[in-house]
Amino acid sequence: MTQAPILKARGLVKRYGRVTALDNADFDLYPGEILAVIGDNGAGKSSLIKAISGAVQVDDGKIELEGKPINFSSPLEARDAGIETVYQTLALSPALSITDNMFVGREIRKPGVLGSVFKMLDHKAMEKFARDRLSELGLMTIQSINQAVETLSGGQRQGVAVARAAAFGSKVIILDEPTAALGVKESRKVLELIQDVRSRGIPIVLISHNMPHVFEVADRIHVHRLGKRLCVIDPKENSMSDAVAYMTGAKTPPEAAVAA
Amino acid sequence: MSDTTDPGRKGQDYEQDLDKSDVSVAEFKYLHNSPLDRIQHALHGNPTLVPVIVLVAAIGVFGLIAGDRFFSAFNLSLILQQVSIIGILAAAQSLIIITAGIDLSVAAIMVLMAVVAGNLAVYAGVPAPIALLVAFAGGTGCGIMNGLLVTKVKLPPFITTLGTWSIFYALNLWLSGAQSIRSQDIDAEAPLLKFWGIALEVGGARVTLGSLLMVAVFLVLWYMLNKTAWGRHVYAIGDDKEAAELAGIRTDRTLLSVYGLAGLVCAVAAWASIGRVGSISPQAFYEGNLQSITAVVIGGISLFGGRGSILGALFGALIVGVFQSGLRLAGVDVLWQVFAIGWLIILAVAIDQWIRKVSA
Repeated sequence: MTQAPILKARGLVKRYGRVTALDNADFDLYPGEILAVIGDNGAGKSSLIKAISGAVQVDDGKIELEGKPINFSSPLEARDAGIETVYQTLALSPALSITDNMFVGREIRKPGVLGSVFKMLDHKAMEKFARDRLSELGLMTIQSINQAVETLSGGQRQGVAVARAAAFGSKVIILDEPTAALGVKESRKVLELIQDVRSRGIPIVLISHNMPHVFEVADRIHVHRLGKRLCVIDPKENSMSDAVAYMTGAKTPPEAAVAA
Repeated sequence: MSDTTDPGRKGQDYEQDLDKSDVSVAEFKYLHNSPLDRIQHALHGNPTLVPVIVLVAAIGVFGLIAGDRFFSAFNLSLILQQVSIIGILAAAQSLIIITAGIDLSVAAIMVLMAVVAGNLAVYAGVPAPIALLVAFAGGTGCGIMNGLLVTKVKLPPFITTLGTWSIFYALNLWLSGAQSIRSQDIDAEAPLLKFWGIALEVGGARVTLGSLLMVAVFLVLWYMLNKTAWGRHVYAIGDDKEAAELAGIRTDRTLLSVYGLAGLVCAVAAWASIGRVGSISPQAFYEGNLQSITAVVIGGISLFGGRGSILGALFGALIVGVFQSGLRLAGVDVLWQVFAIGWLIILAVAIDQWIRKVSA
């Protein structure tokens, strides 16, 4: 890779009391790529993602976005900087409608005095936008855009969260297990969406346990183990069983991969 | 291994028929079997329906029992007057409860600010409008103090406001010297304080400006909660604070604004209470905290946060007023009024639990 990474992290350390979640972890994301992050449960994948997306603050280490050092103190700051994240927990408010959830924190106001003085929301515009995004994702089984999210199935909820990130992410989109709860058809749509987003030039970080999915869409695979980056491998030159062997410690990766 | 990594292919073998999948919007045959199911779903979609039905039913029943004395325009407007102060406090309480908190200090803030405004305007000779502005600022400050303890010190709202309830009450006794400010003195020095006690006579009904103020407070807060982004955030925080934070809401800042606003509404209630009571008594409304929670709960706002309309609290306050008035006119002892309100609370929360099962 000759290009400079769009998102770069060096020596991230995060401890929760006596538990070390990140132990000098490094991370690189290059423009326009899909980077998969794999690792065992408890390897620190989620902590790594949360550190990048501003949800947790690291104890040590530095993160750079487009070469500029960043230090997010909240997810909102990361979002304003163009990093959109779909968390494993989805971060949806169950009693609010699909539309409300998609626009949380960036609501559209009515034009004119109604919007500027009375801060009135433009529900129509938001509903139209939300409906368009969801049908792009093929989430046709949603009956009403004003349904409360709690009335949706697990997969539909995940679809809403993914649609939200894809619609608003401008620099980096992070997806933590985006297909875990999805059906075959919906998973396919999400994978197509991921490739579609990449073709728009936006790089994606994909955390997944689903090896076929990872090997299908990823350009590079970041293997996380015991709180740090073990190696980065190329899915075209490595097999799934190699990846699993590195990730679980059954095999030691070649020197070249570690350096990358 | 190579079959899945082949770049020319799209997807896995088992997915080849996906292109032919059905693309129509899902339609279902009749979902809700029994009428009870349908009622449950209707209520889940529209939780304010319960208090409205109870209110209409209660007015009907007491109209039959107590007859014209209950149904007179005078009596109905009197109920509106009687609930106006607790109603405004319930509006403040609703704001806090929607964020999954609880505020035991609302009435204490109100009485403290009534005493502050009264002392300044009646004894210190401060112009009444300025005295009121000080009270509004003070009420907001009390609310923000609660909010800071909840968001920055991370105390549970129940403990925070249990503590500030005592603190505000003690301050109120200290400032007032446990003495009431007499009605005549207020009339002489600062009649503006009694503004909301002015009554409009319309065909036998006697509607005070304070009753109208209560309705106005509810409408303004309803608008803020339902038509603005801030309001959506308040609901989202009450629903799931962690999710709201991750979704990009500044939860602490929003919570602080909610507590500050609730304090301001309490100060507005303080002004209205001077008009309603006539004098300013430091011992008044000692049960106001719990009565406001009663109104909110009967109004169908969930104590677990994130659910229910603030208008429900208005109906909740009115239901309590209608029960008290109706039972009194029917010649029932006060103790049975209290008994009935107790059952209403339990019934309201039981219905809330039943409605919430829809989503489970």
